[in-house]
Amino acid sequence: MKVSPFPAAAEHELANVQLRRNLRAATDTIQSKRARVVAELPDWEALRDAGSEIKADVLARLDELLVEFETAATAAGAHVHWARDGAEAGAIVARIAREHDVDEVVKVKSLTTDEIQLNDVLATAGVRAIETDFAELILQLDGDWSSHILVPAIHRNRTEIRDLFARTIAPGIVSDDPADLAEASRVYLRERFLRAKMGVSGANFGIAETGTVCVVESEGNGRMCTTLPPVLVSILGIEKLLPRFDDLEVFLQLLPRSSTGERMNPYTSLWTGVTSGDGPQELHIVLLDNGRTRVLRDEVGRQALHCIRCSACLNVCPVYTRTGGHAYGSVYPGPIGAILTPQLIGIENASSLPYASTLCGACYEVCPVKIDIPRVLLHLRAEAVRARGRSAERLTMRIVGWTFESARRFTLAQRVARTAQTPFARGGLVRRLPPPLSGWTRSRDLRAVAKTSFRSWWAGR
Amino acid sequence: MRIGLFVTCLGDTLYPETGRAVVTVLERLGHEVVFPAEQTCCGQLHANSGYPDEALKLVRRFESIFGSYDAVVSPSSSCVGHVRELAPELAPRVFELSELLVNRLGVEDVGASFPHRVAYHPTCHSLRVTKVGDAPLRLLRNVRGLELVPLERAEECCGFGGTFAVKNAATSSAILADKCDAIEASGAGYCTAVDGSCLLQIGGGLERRSGGVRALHLAEILAATESA
Ligand code: SF4
Repeated sequence: MKVSPFPAAAEHELANVQLRRNLRAATDTIQSKRARVVAELPDWEALRDAGSEIKADVLARLDELLVEFETAATAAGAHVHWARDGAEAGAIVARIAREHDVDEVVKVKSLTTDEIQLNDVLATAGVRAIETDFAELILQLDGDWSSHILVPAIHRNRTEIRDLFARTIAPGIVSDDPADLAEASRVYLRERFLRAKMGVSGANFGIAETGTVCVVESEGNGRMCTTLPPVLVSILGIEKLLPRFDDLEVFLQLLPRSSTGERMNPYTSLWTGVTSGDGPQELHIVLLDNGRTRVLRDEVGRQALHCIRCSACLNVCPVYTRTGGHAYGSVYPGPIGAILTPQLIGIENASSLPYASTLCGACYEVCPVKIDIPRVLLHLRAEAVRARGRSAERLTMRIVGWTFESARRFTLAQRVARTAQTPFARGGLVRRLPPPLSGWTRSRDLRAVAKTSFRSWWAGR
Repeated sequence: MRIGLFVTCLGDTLYPETGRAVVTVLERLGHEVVFPAEQTCCGQLHANSGYPDEALKLVRRFESIFGSYDAVVSPSSSCVGHVRELAPELAPRVFELSELLVNRLGVEDVGASFPHRVAYHPTCHSLRVTKVGDAPLRLLRNVRGLELVPLERAEECCGFGGTFAVKNAATSSAILADKCDAIEASGAGYCTAVDGSCLLQIGGGLERRSGGVRALHLAEILAATESA
């Protein structure tokens, strides 16, 4: 998989007026709700430190914790599978479906399953995966894909959704009232929940000590998927582990406040193995690598694996809030996507993503697990430069560096620039420049090189 | 006190008046300012673009030029933040102008007069990396005749981001448009900040819009002695 270059993709998205208006309104709302509930907690910074430390500990001891998790989960009656990549994970889920003669599964909203394109893999195996999260359902019905981690259909408005429902699950629906739209999806989904023989979920957390899986959600559809069908398959990225059950105390405070700006999320489901006569009678847990052990090898980059997918960094990002998620061309958009995707799929396949940031640092400021996103971005930019090898930019940067290493050369360069700008400068401003600098002058004037530089003024003082 | 002035490559070339204003303010307060002529660039451009080796070379060069001063001052908070990170030994002696005045020299009133409405844009690096806090605001509040007007979404980025402004020109322009809207809506005649690079972006956007609002570095306001 290769991500198409961000600058052009972003330019395309920026032209979508509806998208920009929706994004601004939605991210503003979530952002200020988040700020309000975070400000309520006197120990927020201590919680962030704790979250970051627990995650760092998990990554340092991942090998033992995974085995501990497998042992505990197996003892509680779960079947644990290990998947090196998306293809292996998909094959495992498809096989389980086949063994149970299942051709339809109900799904909890899950980025991990999107990452491995599980729905497509299942479709090839003759199994229909039904998304049950309201927004995910909308996207699935329309063959569209998510543009926000938390609000996947942030780029859609309610009239569009009404029209879509009229074409698909609710022929004849005329109202675009949110309650009516929700009711239409409810009627459609209830039927699927009740007949489903198999549910598929991702996970927010897995507890090594107990083998417990945890899903945090708002709508309750997730709980339907994880409790009604007799067979349940949960796919866990290996970085989702927490050492102890008590660690949830930290993360169940950090996540909802950062994510939806709520003190507590409406539904937190936890399950440990199987319980006779209650809930699914067969539980499979797939532990997924898919590039994560490679990320783990990079000392600077590995902190991206701390991410709890709260999406707070998206909502404060000056880039994301203008372009939306599709411009990033990956399942993980925004600042976290810019540092995680290139590491998961290889920098050569997503080399423009680390540059899709102004380095403003707003993401780092809100991240509940203190991922130093700007630092990782710089680290990945250096890798992108290395991977690209010889290039015009590299040569230019070398020459610029060499010029800066001598005041004499720098002074000469100032003089050359002053002469070179003559055809473009008027009244101390440059209004048009040739490519690649035309990128600047498309929306901005450029201050011209001064007649007298500071250094010559100082020298003549 | 003998203060070394790091005027920055951008300031030296495009905004000499900012550097001159720093000299004016500090000399007015009775300090000796020295401009070491060997200086060029701190290496931030290279560090932010993925060339850490070149960046480190330039930071080392900076250290050898400024190592002997009691204090180093620069009108660019992002350069200060960059130097502090890569030259930890020098870090306690390197200041952005407002930090030097308020925190090191304990001055909040520099005897300036600027009878205009001014909006202050806290740049991302001054806010989150260099952490100058409210030092610029304390100085502005003591400028005679100056009316400080609130700026909507003040803490949001202006969209500059170094090479981002050219590499991702469309996105950078979209972010800038919102910043310029907010500045124009504030009713200010001037927008000020403590980073020449952000002022290059904001000023360039404001000039292009011809709305009659100008971008001006904090140092130039502090140097002004205009009467109403
Ligand atoms: S990087 Fe941090 S802020 Fe962004 S989604 Fe992950 S945990 Fe949340």
